[in-house]
Amino acid sequence: MLQDILVTGLVNGGVYALLAIGFSLIFGVARIVNIAHTAFYMLAAYCFYALLVKAGLGFVPSAVLAVASVTLLAVVCYRLVIEPVREHEAAVLIATIALALIFQELMLFSFGGHYLGIPSTLEGGVRILGVSIPYQRMLILVVAAAMLTLVWFVLYRTRLGLAIRATANDLEVASLMGMNVHRVAMATVAISVALAAIAGVVVAPVFVVDPFMWLAPLVTMLAIVVLGGLGSLKGSLIGALIIGYVEAITVFAMPAGAYLKGAVALGIMVVVLLARPEGLFGVAFEEER
Amino acid sequence: MYRVRRAWAELRNEVLVLPSRTLVLAWVVALLALPALYGDAYVMRILTMTCIFAIFAASWDLLAGYTGQVNFGHALFFGAGAYTSALMSHKLGITPWATIWAGAAVAMLFGFLVGYLCLRLRGSYLSLATLAFPLIALGLLFAFSDFSGGELGISGLRRLTLTPTANYYVASISMLVIVFGLWRLADSKFGIVLHAIRDDEVAARASGINTPLYKLTVFAVAAAAAGFAGALFAHYLRVAGPSTLEVALSFQVVIWGIFGGVATIYGPVAAVFILYPLTEWLGTFRAVGELRLLIFAVIVLLVLLFMPRGLTPWVRDKIETQCPRCKQRNGVWRKACRLCGAALQAQVAGAQRLVGHQ
Repeated sequence: MLQDILVTGLVNGGVYALLAIGFSLIFGVARIVNIAHTAFYMLAAYCFYALLVKAGLGFVPSAVLAVASVTLLAVVCYRLVIEPVREHEAAVLIATIALALIFQELMLFSFGGHYLGIPSTLEGGVRILGVSIPYQRMLILVVAAAMLTLVWFVLYRTRLGLAIRATANDLEVASLMGMNVHRVAMATVAISVALAAIAGVVVAPVFVVDPFMWLAPLVTMLAIVVLGGLGSLKGSLIGALIIGYVEAITVFAMPAGAYLKGAVALGIMVVVLLARPEGLFGVAFEEER
Repeated sequence: MYRVRRAWAELRNEVLVLPSRTLVLAWVVALLALPALYGDAYVMRILTMTCIFAIFAASWDLLAGYTGQVNFGHALFFGAGAYTSALMSHKLGITPWATIWAGAAVAMLFGFLVGYLCLRLRGSYLSLATLAFPLIALGLLFAFSDFSGGELGISGLRRLTLTPTANYYVASISMLVIVFGLWRLADSKFGIVLHAIRDDEVAARASGINTPLYKLTVFAVAAAAAGFAGALFAHYLRVAGPSTLEVALSFQVVIWGIFGGVATIYGPVAAVFILYPLTEWLGTFRAVGELRLLIFAVIVLLVLLFMPRGLTPWVRDKIETQCPRCKQRNGVWRKACRLCGAALQAQVAGAQRLVGHQ
């Protein structure tokens, strides 16, 4: 059981980290609470399913196409729907909720509400320290680790990353320093949604695909982001691992754990917020009254 | 005779001079007269649900619109009211007329609890943290399903009244009373303090306002109203199920509130009265029935692109202008303010010309 907890926690934590870091990035740079974030994750899973099973493309081309098309869609949505109402925070909020509902209904209409299974692309598994890990779950871990490294590289070692961090720090000053904050925001949207889409593609063969698969991870992701501190990438990563492990422990070690895993994870978030209202690694937004 | 003349004068001078007040009066009269004019059971059913959700949306607005505590978990209060009232009347056999108040009271306690836990949270932190509470409650309900009925909820509850018309009147009159009460509260000195807390909490505290006390009070009042709506809902549908606590309901109320225009009370009510019957009506068509949620979301999105502040502020700006001198509102057709006589249109045109020359 201990091994199960270790592996499940790590795999779920990896997926949550991909989602939470994307969400954190876009919140930090554009102050958008993007409720549709996990809807893009759902869209990517469907897109992957359509390309792999319906169109019969290979594993790698369908994955790449799915991520690229969902990212493009997100940028288009941002330009058409979010950008015109950027000054009105409330409007942005329900615009993203409406987008998520639209995607959910479109998928419900075109694929139906039943669960879709994607055949596992990698058979077999490895045994590490007496724990057998299927290759499919290994793939999730490897992709998550690679993507997190890539994001770290982009953010801390490139000019675009510098611009993103500067804009997140202070939008007006970044704009005064000659950065095109609109373009930075758009690049951030693309990066953030690409991370969510990659998460959607890698989990699709392991989890089931259905039009409501965005709700549960959305809540967990929001809990992680709040737990770690809004806009803090380190916080999101550590929060993702904490919540991933807490969920795994609840499921394996508690009676009726499958029902309670969300409640326990959210309860931990509430407790952390009581002790530290700005999350584990958040900065107190004193000046942003 | 004097009283009648006096009432007519009040009506003409205070209500009929402003198109928005006339609209509200027409809406109230239509709501109360509807069963006599058009007693279709289906229409009554839709409107009863609309009234219940209108209470819910108005209570969210007091909390989110006025006080700025944008609650993403408002369904917690709705569900608390529904489940409390359902459990009490089902297990203890108490009449629903009493248990509805108990539902509101328990919801109020939940309001205190959530408000207390969220006192130090602000902005997006508060929104995202409040999202957690109904889901924690939902997890507990599923885990103790012998007590709560699990996925199916508690069904076969007692009705409040026997006929659809009586049910309709219970819902519509409680809606009118609660919404008017909330509006009066929000329009009073108390409401001004709430505006201050939303705009700048630190400044409000520096001005000697006990902001935690106000926030707790607002949480409790809003929660009690939402719990009342939830209890009415449970006894009207005769079932209290997990759907009363779901994220979808919490998001629904956020959509209603922002679509109608926040910090108005009447805005969310108007939004419910437009959007809820609209989605139900779309559902009756076979061709688009499956797409009704999609159409709903697209309408919300399109309306927001043109009216980012919400529907009612936009409409109000079209039919009324504000007097530049005394800040009172006037019908858009007036040339001079009805109270202080200041010129309305000429001044606006002059100001626009000035801006144009700069």
